[in-house]
Amino acid sequence: MAMNGSDLVMYEEEFSRIDVELRKLHQQANAMVVFLVDKNGQLIASAGETHDIDTTSLASLTAGNIAATGGIARLLGEKEFTILFHEGEKDNIHISLIGQRVILVVIFDRRSSLGLVRLRVKKASEALVKIFEDITQKVDKEKGEGKLEESLFAEISDEDIDNLFK
Amino acid sequence: MSFINYASREINCKIVYYGPGLCGKTTNLQYIHRRTNPEQKGKLISLATETERTLFFDFLPIALGDIKGFKIRFHLYTVPGQVFYAASRKLILKGVDGVVFVADSQIERMESNMESIEDLSINLAEQGYDLEKLPYTIQYNKRDLPNIAPAEDMDNLLNPRRVPWFEGVAVTGKGVFETLKSVAKQVLFELKKNY
Repeated sequence: MAMNGSDLVMYEEEFSRIDVELRKLHQQANAMVVFLVDKNGQLIASAGETHDIDTTSLASLTAGNIAATGGIARLLGEKEFTILFHEGEKDNIHISLIGQRVILVVIFDRRSSLGLVRLRVKKASEALVKIFEDITQKVDKEKGEGKLEESLFAEISDEDIDNLFK
Repeated sequence: MSFINYASREINCKIVYYGPGLCGKTTNLQYIHRRTNPEQKGKLISLATETERTLFFDFLPIALGDIKGFKIRFHLYTVPGQVFYAASRKLILKGVDGVVFVADSQIERMESNMESIEDLSINLAEQGYDLEKLPYTIQYNKRDLPNIAPAEDMDNLLNPRRVPWFEGVAVTGKGVFETLKSVAKQVLFELKKNY
């Protein structure tokens, strides 16, 4: 995923790499669910027992949470609070900001611990940052070669957009 | 800020409903939620106070259909309209692709409408957006109430850019989908233009 103009782009290759990292984190942290959200609230990828969870809503609320906390940080003269932790009776949620751009969320219960989650999140973050850097490079390269335009939007006509609203 | 996902073949965009307190932003989303097929919508999330005033935001994800095998999804947000929630309003505008301004047609609310548009313009500028360029639609809401200003007069006052506008009665749904379609279409054309 990368900035392209002001938009975000995600390719299949990098998506699979992210998927692998999330699965690894899910397993190694003994977590229930792991997911990755764009700072604007779009769900990027997830791993674990997501079928019972409304991941779209969760993504939006997590981003709202990070945004609100970021607002508090700036009021206090901090740049950002990069880690949030919410403890529940059974389930806990660990939220961390990665590379200023995406949010990594880990939901876990008593089968894991905060220490383990923090440790594994730190490792996963490093790998994820690298993947995002690769995507940024890829987008820049494709944009330079004019490939990005060919890939999708050149195929979409004004008529296609009009048809969506009929 | 749109999110184009080639892996899941989705295009996601964000639309924010803005406007003064009690103008009907949440009511717009509630109507869209009621009238959209279950398979095309997610849950309507409302972070509201006990008296049902929006505290942080409402959120509704909807799917509009497919273009060339890509699912077109829109995330609809409202801001809290009350003046003292200024800090929250700014946060919600982050990454916005299109704005709907919901104006209250009652004559006594005209000043609040003007203040809110000014607030919108300033908050957008702080995030690096220009209200003069962003996909933007205005809805003159509450047309069913007795003490209202003529829509044309409101348009002269509130719409110097002459963007598309609609008369609305959000509680009954009048103008609600017309407004949404108008802004969604502008967002997609803008996206196409930029690529």
